[in-house]
Amino acid sequence: MFLHFLMLLFSTFALVSAVFLAIWMLLTRQGRQAVSVTSVGLSTLRQRLGMSSVIVVGIAGVVAVLVALLAMSDGYRETLNKTGSADTAIVMRGASASEVMSVLDHDSVTLIPQAVGIEKDAKGQPIASPELVVAANLPLKGGSADDEGSVQLRGVGEQAWAVRPNLKIIEGRKFTPGMRELIVGKGAAKQFAGLEPGHEIRLGSQMWTVVGVFASGDAMDSEVWGDAGVVADTYRRGGSRASVTVKLADPKTFDAFKTELEANPQLKVDVSTTLDYFSKQSEGMSSFLTVIGIVVGSIMAIGAIFGALNCMFAAVAARAREIATLRAIGFRGLPVVVAVMLETMLLALLGGLLGGLLAWLVFNGYSASTLAAGTVGKLSFELKVSAELLWVGLLWALTIGFIGGLFPAVRAARLPVTTALREL
Amino acid sequence: MKYLHLIWAALFRRKTRTILTLVSIIAAFLLFGMLDAVRTGFDQAGNSANGAERLQTGSRLSFIQTLPQSLEARIAQVPGVKMVTYANWFGGAYQDPHNQVFSFAVEPNYLDLYPEMEVSAAERKAFDNTRTGALVGEKLAERFHWKVGDKIPMQSTIFPNHEGSKNWTFDIVGILHSKDKKAGGFYDQMFLLNWKYFDETTPYNRGQVGWYVTRVTDVNQADRVAKAIDAISANSDHETRTQTEAAATASWMKQLADIGLIVSSIMGAVFFTLLLLSGNTMMQAVRERTSELAVLKTIGFSSHSVLAMVLAESVLLLLLGGVLGLGLAMLMVGGIQSKMGGAIPMAPVDAGIWVHGLLLMVAVGLLVGALPAIRAMRLNIVDALAGR
Repeated sequence: MFLHFLMLLFSTFALVSAVFLAIWMLLTRQGRQAVSVTSVGLSTLRQRLGMSSVIVVGIAGVVAVLVALLAMSDGYRETLNKTGSADTAIVMRGASASEVMSVLDHDSVTLIPQAVGIEKDAKGQPIASPELVVAANLPLKGGSADDEGSVQLRGVGEQAWAVRPNLKIIEGRKFTPGMRELIVGKGAAKQFAGLEPGHEIRLGSQMWTVVGVFASGDAMDSEVWGDAGVVADTYRRGGSRASVTVKLADPKTFDAFKTELEANPQLKVDVSTTLDYFSKQSEGMSSFLTVIGIVVGSIMAIGAIFGALNCMFAAVAARAREIATLRAIGFRGLPVVVAVMLETMLLALLGGLLGGLLAWLVFNGYSASTLAAGTVGKLSFELKVSAELLWVGLLWALTIGFIGGLFPAVRAARLPVTTALREL
Repeated sequence: MKYLHLIWAALFRRKTRTILTLVSIIAAFLLFGMLDAVRTGFDQAGNSANGAERLQTGSRLSFIQTLPQSLEARIAQVPGVKMVTYANWFGGAYQDPHNQVFSFAVEPNYLDLYPEMEVSAAERKAFDNTRTGALVGEKLAERFHWKVGDKIPMQSTIFPNHEGSKNWTFDIVGILHSKDKKAGGFYDQMFLLNWKYFDETTPYNRGQVGWYVTRVTDVNQADRVAKAIDAISANSDHETRTQTEAAATASWMKQLADIGLIVSSIMGAVFFTLLLLSGNTMMQAVRERTSELAVLKTIGFSSHSVLAMVLAESVLLLLLGGVLGLGLAMLMVGGIQSKMGGAIPMAPVDAGIWVHGLLLMVAVGLLVGALPAIRAMRLNIVDALAGR
């Protein structure tokens, strides 16, 4: 939240100062002087190609790394947030940190759908899906036969489709209830070997057949689904389930639903909207990634700032006579400062754009995976280089350019005209 | 070596430029040190001599599935097995369900298999004799300000006790110290409780075991023993999967993150920039000194010694910045580790990383020095002195 506020403040500041600068340059005498000094500086850039490229490349590196790491954090958060919605609620046993740690006995599973506020289907049945969540070991793609990873296996009933309307079968068919058949998320199919329709895979001592692939564009893509009863059998869970997900008649009925369940002395459950549940799951990891991004970005930025300082000092030194001449014929100090700063910031802007472009080209849509907090399987997610992130990158670039240009600019303006003219 | 003074003077001829370049180099190697620490931390996790001697046996179905306690006696009979113990994941959290603690319910002989964890004989005895006793890692105790004798509440995010409440109470009877500080991160964060207390208190367990840990008599026999253990329960409803601890940890780490790729792409960006930056500095430095170099040649320095001096200057620049940066990384990694404990597997900046780092410094130094040095070597005295 704080970071967002800071960002907003910073963006506003950057935009307002850009507007003021433009007005100043167009309307005042000193402003017009600044324009001409800047254009002279820019026209001689070619002679300082090596140095200018240090600024551009250095800043491009910072921005690319920063944007890529932030894109990872954003992609992770989005994948989990998208999984939840405000009009579905998840019920788990009290104080369970996640579905896989929760156990609801058979009585609770039958009681929960009787609460108020649940949407009814065409037959008048409440849309509530009791589900079992366990982990399964499966061989990883591209590894040796012994290289196994963990995937989240969800045992579901018919209502699971009703509470997740965005989930579609993209290949094959749904599993037949009562059979040892599985459908796999398209993310899971990419991670684990043998998850293609028609293949048989081994879970423990049993063979299961993969019959379909589904896609939902969220965290469910990393899961494997089977019939709840059969999964419970394999994992010796009897009639118990991990959670019940319900479709609410209206997001507003959530409070009534929650109050009723929590007041029921036969139940000891926690109720939250799926939106809340999944965004909470993403919190830790996503802020962790953001912090890593900012720390790595800051260290790199320090390096880049000093690189820029170095180059601009050199540039100012190389142009010392030229600047002194300008001062001697009546140009004031301020236009010189502005010109040097503008030049640095233009180079920085170029670096920022280049870095952003690089990050976007390489990492946008890049799929990464990790063991997610709160699940027991690999969660695959896509890095998302959004416009907002690119803007953040540009702001970083401009800040680096600003600091890197400020001191050399002041030095350029302060250089005594006579000394500079005499030099060399 | 006798020219060190000369090289040093040349390096600091333009103080501002050299210092600015140094700061950039420091930043680059600071990052290198920290990222390499993380990478080594991931690589080395579980990779110890003791780790190779230990086998972990879990359910073949999935890591959350439990195994019958009766397997212990049968595993103990497998030839080549020296000792066997078991543990359960307790899923403890302190004060807030998101404040998770590595907490295992363990059999009394668990500590015999983990010589990496040291606990005084008296405290060990107290743990064996106190039903609700708990041994806690040094860093964990520090984090929550626990001390021996404290009675603390601990939530389990998985297991309720027989009253249906998830709030358990434990008496802290001892502090675990990890013997090897290098791999210590994890052990210093552990929370061990008595398996018996766990099993009797929660109605959800009833003689089930999360995993078995076996110590083999001969490391070379580990594979054979692992297969023999898995054979015991083959075709039953509780098939097992046995791996050496090293292999098991490595596979976890791999699932956690493809750290190699992340680290190498960041490092690629950093060093590419560094090359350009310090290369530029060296170019400038040599261009500026053209006439000085010509004088050196005039008074009898051979072309090759001029080449060597410029190269030495750039290597020295990189070494200065690099050593400072790595030193800084060493301090920071130490700081992060004592603050965050085992949250990120991070190896300390040790000899291995230093060797990597020093090699890199020399390599980058030679690389960026090469062009200006060759230029300096080929310098024609007459042209240079005439300023042509």
